[in-house]
Amino acid sequence: MDPIRERPVLDVSGLPTVMFGKANTTWLANLLYMMIEGTMFALVVASYFYLRTRSSSWPPGNLPPTLGWGITSGAIFLISLVPARYAQRVAPSGDRSKIRWGLLALAGVAVIAMVVRGFELANLNCRWNENAYASTVWALLGLHTGHLITEFIETVVILCVSFTDKMEGTRLADVAINSDYWYFVVVTAILSDFVIYGTTRFL
Amino acid sequence: MAISEPVVVPQSGAADRLARTWAQPRGFWGWFQNVHHTAIGVRFMVTSFIFFLLGGVLAAMMRWQLVRPEHNAIGPDLYNQLFTVHGSTMIFLFAVPMMFQGFGVYVVPHMCGTRNIAFPRLNAFSYYIYVVGALLLWVGLFLKTGADAGWFAYVPLSGPEFTPGKRSDFWAQMITFTEVSALGVAICITTTILRYRAPGMTLNRMPILLWEKLVTSIMVIFAMPSVMVVSSMLLMDRTINTQFFNPSVGGDVLLYQHLFWFFGHPEVYIIFLPATAIVSTVVAVFARRHIFGYVPIVTSVVATGFLGFSVWVHHMFATGLPQMSASFFTAASLMIVIPTAVQFYCWMATIWHGRLQLKLPMLWIFGFFFVFLIGGLSGVMLASVPLDWQVHDTFFVVAHFHYVLIGGALFPMFGGMYFWIPKITGRMMNDRLGKIHFWLFFVGFNLTFFTMHFLGLHGMPRRVYTYTPEMRWGALNLLATIGVVFMTAGILVFIANFFQSKATGRFAGPNPWGAGSLEWATPSPPPHYNFLELPTVNGREALWEAEPNQPIVGGVREDIPEVLVTNTLDSEPEYRDELPGPSIWPFLTAIAVSIAFIWSIFSPWGIAYGAIPVVITLIGWLWPRGHSPSPRVPEPALEARWIR
Repeated sequence: MDPIRERPVLDVSGLPTVMFGKANTTWLANLLYMMIEGTMFALVVASYFYLRTRSSSWPPGNLPPTLGWGITSGAIFLISLVPARYAQRVAPSGDRSKIRWGLLALAGVAVIAMVVRGFELANLNCRWNENAYASTVWALLGLHTGHLITEFIETVVILCVSFTDKMEGTRLADVAINSDYWYFVVVTAILSDFVIYGTTRFL
Repeated sequence: MAISEPVVVPQSGAADRLARTWAQPRGFWGWFQNVHHTAIGVRFMVTSFIFFLLGGVLAAMMRWQLVRPEHNAIGPDLYNQLFTVHGSTMIFLFAVPMMFQGFGVYVVPHMCGTRNIAFPRLNAFSYYIYVVGALLLWVGLFLKTGADAGWFAYVPLSGPEFTPGKRSDFWAQMITFTEVSALGVAICITTTILRYRAPGMTLNRMPILLWEKLVTSIMVIFAMPSVMVVSSMLLMDRTINTQFFNPSVGGDVLLYQHLFWFFGHPEVYIIFLPATAIVSTVVAVFARRHIFGYVPIVTSVVATGFLGFSVWVHHMFATGLPQMSASFFTAASLMIVIPTAVQFYCWMATIWHGRLQLKLPMLWIFGFFFVFLIGGLSGVMLASVPLDWQVHDTFFVVAHFHYVLIGGALFPMFGGMYFWIPKITGRMMNDRLGKIHFWLFFVGFNLTFFTMHFLGLHGMPRRVYTYTPEMRWGALNLLATIGVVFMTAGILVFIANFFQSKATGRFAGPNPWGAGSLEWATPSPPPHYNFLELPTVNGREALWEAEPNQPIVGGVREDIPEVLVTNTLDSEPEYRDELPGPSIWPFLTAIAVSIAFIWSIFSPWGIAYGAIPVVITLIGWLWPRGHSPSPRVPEPALEARWIR
């Protein structure tokens, strides 16, 4: 007799093959990735405040960045939470049409955010090579712009996938996880804005 | 305590199906498509060992230059490159890739009882990106562009003013490559440990090795970004004229040191914790008992993970810190001794209460106890500011960190190699040659590095290419150089032993040491599907505590590369996940990323233009293709069922 038949078996054949939210392994990897990137943001911000202690005035000899663009940018990021949340909410249903609209809206807001970011960079009132303050401001906003572009590309790629018959199963979970990462981009945008615009004026 | 045989039971047909499903491509291009953790783990080990040998050659050249006063074998410029590339190689290209990536990637999925590592393509990508970074540093050396500002490349020396040319840029980008690699592997290992454990392997039953790998991975995640940020700042100061470290316009050179050591000290534990993981594993196996003090050891490992981030300033005692800071970091540095001491006492108690078998892996662990203890004690001395000031930048410090790093990494590494090579190759290593290797290396090591304590106390500075006869350092330096001959002979014996074992060694069988963790339930070498039947676990030493009819996991598909995902705390089955198969795209992506990184050394536009192929290859990597095994919408979750 085949000895395997005598062994108790834990039968897992009835378990699902797709999970949404924190049960998904990609969700965990995404969280770890955010921890890595979040540490980078924290270190650049820490460097900003460290260098601030080395200057008698802050900004040192520059005008603070133009506030209007910072507020506009922050507002657009806050608005973007709506399509991001919508895409995440409709993903488990597998309704491709709704998913497409959600992702399309998210990508559209990301494009607007990138354009506004261009104006922000042009109105920082400093060049990166002027002094340590300027270098840190550019580094912080540059780091965030890198994330913004990456997230935009990721959203567009998932949008393209949603026009194929591959948008099912784990891809639906990817749509939801993409929104999680967008939340991270929004949170870091608001914090970066606070550091760049707030601390040069109010602290 | 009964030690059970492996739980795997042959089942006709299943092995063939699994072998087909999990097969990795062969041939030249197949090599670049392989994404199995055993292959990638072995590659990390072999590649990092080659760089260990190369780093050793540089060390031997330095010792040859210092063998007598006013020796003229090597000029100051080359000597600067030698010690810089030696240190950078040993830390970034050998110690971490071997201890964290190599052992971790190979052993962790086996120990969890699963069939591959999580995110196998990211894992493969991490290997290729590491190789390119390593080659970058070494090609630079051969092109006379070897980094020459020390392994930590302090500014202002490494900055644009004092190191024109590309030497520091090569170093800075090598950092980016290797850290991306370590971070990628950290994500794979963390996810594997938290979600791929066999049913029954709750957190409370997790082997200590997995705990240590988990803590190390988390440390990597929080520490490595710091060195990436600081090396990028250095690169930008050098290439696009940012002013982070230029004091004349508000920059600060100490910012560099803070950011570097915020990574640098946790890095010591990123190297050391995987070593203690090997020690805890090997000690329990050869003491023939469960590890004494499982909970204190795990607590100590977690405590080390936290405290490791609170001591970085002790590398900066000589920079004129406020007294308050110096006192705080002295206290923290002394405090971190406590968890390591707890682990030491637990190992001693395990041996004391066990039935010790002094086999080859255990011999190296005893070497570790002796050498690391000395390194730890000189560390306690250096944690005190007055002594640190006296011996700062002398050979005393060189002696200390070699005792800590060689004692705390290399000795356990060789112990781990003798322990796991039979699993990897399926053949036993020669015991006699192994002992010769140990004694040659042990004697040579102590000869070389113990003498350096005295050289340091006599005032010999590190990183100076020669000295005058009046200093009376010649005899001790000669002794230190003779030690290198012993160590080299030992390493050569090890290499010979390895090849002899691979060719003619005795067959190991699945579990030659009678060990208790799950990797020993697989054949040696393990097939690509790792386990014919996925195991369940009853206790901390899965095989020792397995019931005669220990349950197995059924219902994981064999026609696609599927694994069982369990929850983090209790390892209850949660869902079945299909892993991606072999692919050339991780390799192509690594090449594209490498082009962008290296291009950026020469032009800031390199990142912008270089990003285009990166995006294309990433899309190629992630674009879904092939069959769609998962249902259109997720079905309602069912409970895992027991069938008896």
